[in-house]
Amino acid sequence: MLFVKTGAPENIVVRGARVLDPVEGVDGVLDVRVDNGVIAALGTELDTNSHRVVEGDGLVLAPAFVDPHVHLRTPGREDEETVASGTAAAAAGGYCAILAMPNTDPVVDSAATLGALIETARAEAEIPVGFLAAITKAQSGSELTEMAELADTGAAGFSDDGVPVSSPGLMRRALQYGAVTGRRIALHCEETTLSRDGQMHEGEVSAELGFTGYPSVAESLMVERDLALAAYERQPLHLLHLSAWESVQALRRARADGVAATAEVTPHHLCLTDEAVRSLEPNVKMNPPLRSATDRLALIAGLKDGVISAIATDHAPHARHEKEVPFEAAPFGVTGLETAFAALYTYLVEPGLVPLEIILERMSAGPARAYGLDEPRIAVGKPANLVLLDLQASYRVSEDRFRSRSVNSWLLGEALRGAVRTTVAAGRVVFAA
Amino acid sequence: MAEIRVMREDLRPPASPPKRHFISINDVTRDDVERLLATARTFERSLEREVKKLPTLKGRLVINVFYESSTRTSSSFELASKRLSADTMSIKSSGSSVDKGESLKDTAITLGAYDPDVIVIRHPQIGAPNLVARVTDAHVVNAGDGKHQHPTQALLDLYTMREAFGRLDGLHAAIVGDVLHSRVARSLIQALALMGARVALVGPPALLPRGVEAMGCETTTDIGAIAGADVVYVLRMQRERMQEGANHVPSLREYTARWGVTPERLRPGQKVMHPGPMNRGVEIDARVADHADALIETQVRAGLVTRMAVLYDLLTSGPIGVKTDSVLEVA
Repeated sequence: MLFVKTGAPENIVVRGARVLDPVEGVDGVLDVRVDNGVIAALGTELDTNSHRVVEGDGLVLAPAFVDPHVHLRTPGREDEETVASGTAAAAAGGYCAILAMPNTDPVVDSAATLGALIETARAEAEIPVGFLAAITKAQSGSELTEMAELADTGAAGFSDDGVPVSSPGLMRRALQYGAVTGRRIALHCEETTLSRDGQMHEGEVSAELGFTGYPSVAESLMVERDLALAAYERQPLHLLHLSAWESVQALRRARADGVAATAEVTPHHLCLTDEAVRSLEPNVKMNPPLRSATDRLALIAGLKDGVISAIATDHAPHARHEKEVPFEAAPFGVTGLETAFAALYTYLVEPGLVPLEIILERMSAGPARAYGLDEPRIAVGKPANLVLLDLQASYRVSEDRFRSRSVNSWLLGEALRGAVRTTVAAGRVVFAA
Repeated sequence: MAEIRVMREDLRPPASPPKRHFISINDVTRDDVERLLATARTFERSLEREVKKLPTLKGRLVINVFYESSTRTSSSFELASKRLSADTMSIKSSGSSVDKGESLKDTAITLGAYDPDVIVIRHPQIGAPNLVARVTDAHVVNAGDGKHQHPTQALLDLYTMREAFGRLDGLHAAIVGDVLHSRVARSLIQALALMGARVALVGPPALLPRGVEAMGCETTTDIGAIAGADVVYVLRMQRERMQEGANHVPSLREYTARWGVTPERLRPGQKVMHPGPMNRGVEIDARVADHADALIETQVRAGLVTRMAVLYDLLTSGPIGVKTDSVLEVA
């Protein structure tokens, strides 16, 4: 389900880092030796032989990250991102695997389009990448794609991300038929008759600024519908980019009732509120929108107690000229691959809102589990998927640091703490600062 | 609920010095408004003289860029510039490169190349003046951006109310109608709250934005609530901004029957204002519009002198710290 350009697995020793794998229960200063791309030993004073040595003194070595929600804009908008640039950006962000959404031009709704993308990934992907295929043809919400053939071709899951599956009848069919593929169905929950023309969260800030509101209930109503269908059909599903308190509550109830639903949340929804829109800056315009402080706290609480098990960037590159317009004319979406960890560390870990271990788990094992991918682990015999983090690094975000082709980051000009020093994905060093 | 700090104080970027623009009522303090109103009053007196032109802004360039139609605002800004002897130029979106698909950024940079002192902009999208302020060195005056702000309208409305009632502090204003789509309402609510007035919004539920009370006003759907107000401010039903099939109200007929401002719904002597253009017979009865208690024409005259005050203020000592006696000398 994941594809990457071929390359020889490496022999590496990471020396003297604080090795932190919350799932394995490892936390200690250790050397990690990788032989032929596989973790061969954890210990102290390990022989380096002729291995590539990475000094980890004062740094944290964790399982590399998995981003279940990336827009690679290929095919169709290669000016904004390509498989090569997007996976290079992901490597710089500490990721060892990403999943790309199918809302491209053309939409990834046929085996031919998917097959071509997989070939591209085998030729140029810096880290393993999986591709979701559309639930409905052209994401038009009227006709199912040939999901079984798409799964056989290599689809990592199914989603109409960007738009909801509006018809409950068709949504039910997707859940029923999706079961035969064994792949996850991921849903963008939006009741468009409620969100229509919405530019930002409906509330005190939208009332003052005059923007058409996109109310929380536009999301939570659809979350409730999809959870009800999943319960009825006894099928799992994954909820994309939750933003509202009511959605978290609905998910918590459904999971308690035994529904196999997982969910993700973005760094920007965890770090910001709709107050940020007062800047009128198009780089804080996204769908779903930034919501109130209450919503943000509910997302943080859901992340901590595990109701929300994955952090996803929803990395959405846009051409510079498309974002240098008034807010209402700008497209939704912000980039995030290269800043996700530092943003979460600066806004959540440093102020004491979320422990580092939770962030590391929700950025790695959590999203992998949601899609049935192998969880990155630091244990002997596991493939080397490692990220070396410098928690002391302090810097200001600037355009020239990005490997992504687009720079529509909500963090431009902001000061961050926490940097990725080295990324090892599938046994190879794919990024070294 | 725990307080969340968005970012550590020591990591915050240093604040840049404030640029001198008039984009939102949030840009001004109560003292600024008092000074602007006093300056406008001085200009009103100067306009009573036979020669109405003042040399104050001689050699300055004011460019008006209007991406939306306008009679009152564009004509008053143009005349205000001329009365102060500034050079002025007016660009309309139709007939300009906007028709050829030029972006706002490029249009602003092009106009900025003439080194204008002030760019007055009206645009259908929120935040357009902020974009112009970012890419040019001009002082930017917002003449209306989408549903966001129309700060000079609020200023002229305050001027009109101050002239009619002699005070703003404690004044009770009812704003009636389509608040949702109204930049006039947003600026006026903030401006009245800033000056210590009491504001009640009256209209159909879907035209009163959710959460608007946080701006410092009351809301009600009961048109009877206007009876207690000193002044009734009638908003235009903005049919052009209403989405097809959005059903904010079932019909204009129903709106008028329930929320139209008619003589029967007013107290004798109660003052009425309207920012124009009016939909007579929709939000305002023609008898109300033409009655002596309507201040609508006064508003138009106030528009000229308050916009003169804004231009003067921006181009002399800026919105902070202008002494009104220096204006008196000029006048």
